[in-house]
Amino acid sequence: MAQYLMIIISAVFINNFILSRFLGLCPFIGVSKETKPALSMGLAVTFVMTGASLITWLIYRFILIPYNLIYLRTITFILVIATFVQLVEIFIHKVSPGLFRAFGIYLPLITTNCAVLGVALLNSEMFFREREVLANSFSFSLLQGFFSGIGFTLAILLMSGIRERLEFAEVPQALKNIPIAFIVASLMSIAFLGFSGFKL
Amino acid sequence: MLAPILTLSILGLLFGIGLALFFKIFQTKEDPRIAQILEFLPGANCGACGFAGCFGLAQAIAEGKASPTRCAPLGLEKQKKIAEMFGIKIEEKTRLVATLICNGGIKAEDKFVYQGIETCFSANLLHGGQKTCPYGCLGFGDCVKVCPFGAIYMDKEKKLPVIIEEKCTGCGLCIKTCPKKILTLRPADKKVYVMCNSIDKGALVNKYCKSGCIGCYKCEKVCPSEAIHVKNNLAVIDYEKCTNCGECVKVCPTKVIIQII
Repeated sequence: MAQYLMIIISAVFINNFILSRFLGLCPFIGVSKETKPALSMGLAVTFVMTGASLITWLIYRFILIPYNLIYLRTITFILVIATFVQLVEIFIHKVSPGLFRAFGIYLPLITTNCAVLGVALLNSEMFFREREVLANSFSFSLLQGFFSGIGFTLAILLMSGIRERLEFAEVPQALKNIPIAFIVASLMSIAFLGFSGFKL
Repeated sequence: MLAPILTLSILGLLFGIGLALFFKIFQTKEDPRIAQILEFLPGANCGACGFAGCFGLAQAIAEGKASPTRCAPLGLEKQKKIAEMFGIKIEEKTRLVATLICNGGIKAEDKFVYQGIETCFSANLLHGGQKTCPYGCLGFGDCVKVCPFGAIYMDKEKKLPVIIEEKCTGCGLCIKTCPKKILTLRPADKKVYVMCNSIDKGALVNKYCKSGCIGCYKCEKVCPSEAIHVKNNLAVIDYEKCTNCGECVKVCPTKVIIQII
């Protein structure tokens, strides 16, 4: 039980994908101008991360390891992620065209989002030892995938809240928009450093 | 050697089939003409057409609910091209440009020092702004910020916004934004306009602004085509009659009638 809790806390706070690992920064900067699209982006990434964790674990465990194909890991995982992103894209286009346009290029960009590939690779490294499958590794992978996505959502949501308020601030001309967003992101990241002392 | 090739191909094929099936269920049917129209539209999403961004207008045009003329920034030629695509005919309209009708700025006196948020909107909420003239430009440049085409800049010396007429598309966004309502649309081929909209009496205008219309009737008397009239202590030009002769510009004592060369 403690192990599960550790994975959850670690994925959301201690090793937050954006603020501690610095992965998946492009949607984080690109879609964080307003809260609503930011939340939707977070949920889309969470879905892709969870789905990708599930499928990549199955592929890794039942195809790549038995056939000695671990070196194909990256390309296979990208294939899985690309499929998932396409699913999400078709779905969003159908359900909410407005949101689809708000995402713009950042939706297909989840495909190459290092956070999603990151969580898949991380799962395959953390919960497998060489070719040996560790105990509970399937549920651990799923949990880590889902809660990394939650961590991403949390970070992008906080960021969008700050950026919405920044709209009313007097920011020097040269720092407007993206530069100030990077400064804010680094300050948030320093705040999240405080979690790195936690050990469960 | 064969194993990796086979694995990847089979996986790819499986995912591909899965996607194709999913697409069949969640297919979105979109009028392909929307994308074509969207290519013509300026893409500034200024909202002056009354739809939510350029996409909204494109959709409405494709459905036949709106005419391409709704998009003023588009320009006549492109409007015609879109109309041709659908076989609609459009009326020719003269090009309109935004015009500032205040010559105050540093020439108009302040009644207090404003130190709040630097937007015209918030300044206007405090006793109608810091200018003594209740009609004058506050000079914080809300119009500059809102213009999606970069057609307005702030003249720092005069503390007045300047409209670059070549860039102005007449979308009217600045007019909606200005809390003092001192921007109007004027036919681009008419080069003479009155840079004041104060309807106070001449003596009062003289007290708070060095360049305001005092309603002296000089322009009205000199105009050969009876295009300029003083109403409510303010000279107003009737653009249907104005011939750009510039006689009124020469006689104006406060230099508030402007002719662009």
